[in-house]
Amino acid sequence: MSYRDNPLGELRVPLTWTAGIVFIVVLITSVAVLLSDRREVFDTDDYGRPRTLSDKVMAPVGDALSTPGRLTGQSVDGVRGYFFAVSENRRLRADLKEMQQWRDVAIALRDTNERYRAALGLKTDPPIPMASARIVTDSRGPFANSRLANAGSEAGIKPGNPVMSENGLVGRVVGVTEGVSRVLLLTDVASRTPVMIDRTNSRAILTGDGGPNPKLEYLRGQDPVRNGDRVLTSGDGGVFPRGLPVGIAVKGLDNRWRVVLASDKAAVDFVRILLFQDFTQVANRAGLEKIEVPLPTPGASTLPPLAPVAPPPAAASATTAVKPSRPAQTGAPREQ
Amino acid sequence: MSNSGAQPLSPWRWLGVPLVQVVVATFVFALPLRFWGFSLPEPLFALPVVFAWAVIRPSMLAPVGVMIIGVYLDLLWGSPLGLWAVCLLLPYGLVLGGRAMLAGQGRLIMWAWFCAATALALGAGYLFTMLDAQNAPDPISVGWQFLATIVLYPFADLLIDLFEDADVRFR
Repeated sequence: MSYRDNPLGELRVPLTWTAGIVFIVVLITSVAVLLSDRREVFDTDDYGRPRTLSDKVMAPVGDALSTPGRLTGQSVDGVRGYFFAVSENRRLRADLKEMQQWRDVAIALRDTNERYRAALGLKTDPPIPMASARIVTDSRGPFANSRLANAGSEAGIKPGNPVMSENGLVGRVVGVTEGVSRVLLLTDVASRTPVMIDRTNSRAILTGDGGPNPKLEYLRGQDPVRNGDRVLTSGDGGVFPRGLPVGIAVKGLDNRWRVVLASDKAAVDFVRILLFQDFTQVANRAGLEKIEVPLPTPGASTLPPLAPVAPPPAAASATTAVKPSRPAQTGAPREQ
Repeated sequence: MSNSGAQPLSPWRWLGVPLVQVVVATFVFALPLRFWGFSLPEPLFALPVVFAWAVIRPSMLAPVGVMIIGVYLDLLWGSPLGLWAVCLLLPYGLVLGGRAMLAGQGRLIMWAWFCAATALALGAGYLFTMLDAQNAPDPISVGWQFLATIVLYPFADLLIDLFEDADVRFR
């Protein structure tokens, strides 16, 4: 008797149909989950409980599993350092000689800078506190580029905080829970970073696409960028502080301007999370959303009523200057 | 003589164990390790398993398993929740629908089907990501992930060999 003729074969059709129905139900559920998920919620504190819980579980596991690899790497570096100590020493001596000249220049420039600031009465940015963290997982696919860092809300980290390696900007925090933060990399397809070209001060938006070199979009001005120009954060929009090193501009194979990231110079294993507060964090978004704004009345003026102005004394009106309620804008240069 | 063919196939053996293996393998490849300056590739370990599940037999549990793997990938990689569930379910449905055509095919043809399933998963990922982020992902990165995934077909072949004849109702 062939297997096709056996009586159990009759069970095939109903089970196949049931499996098909289950497949369709699961597919519809998945599509519904996908449609209900919004990546823009990364910008708020509303990170989501499933992500928070999974990050909390994955971070210590990733930390433990990556420990042997990290220790092996450190041992290999130690052995390599031992064998290449002479050449390394020679290179460092040359570097030191060059750096000593730069140190003198830097001291002179700092002195000049301080005098200019004092003369202009500029207010400088306060120093930004930082938290250090180690990267414990790393996703590098074309559709998501993010990492988990083993420091979280207990260190004062909040969504939106910029993340830097020793070489440059890595990304920003998009989710935080106790003991772990998720860092959205500059290369992620959802990442947008306001940047500027150091040489020309031209603004652009650094847009990730899942590849190693994000694109420079919305470049303004004529000939705003050249090969090898340094790219820094512009500070526009208040998400990032101004002047963080991002990378070097290069012309891509697709004839678009791209950036070779400074953070790619070395493995990003330790990061510094800048506890920088952007405008969205300073404002209490949840509180603002709860405030009920009355609907405008048709025909009513949208401006507040004018305060009654007392008639000025006749004698004084000719000689007393009117004191403005706010200081007038002057042409004084603002701090850059 | 073995009578294993007449016994019902335990879901834990052909669904549970591969699912756990996918979870572990994907996590290991998500560790921040570098070898000679290069980081590990990021293949879709889930795809050989999803492909094999669809070839072995229709099942009510398999789509749920595919969804669990997809949600896990989203949580691990930080992609929008549901993205990989949909991207894996589509090739699962394709292969499940084409089971009759796949029956008795040689390894090369099966590999070609696996490549098509991988292309469908990544194509769907490309489309959904483009719609969600309003920005097209880098095709070269997608190509690298495609190449890193299609070389995993031997794992699917191994799973199919192990369980294809395990349930006589679906031979």
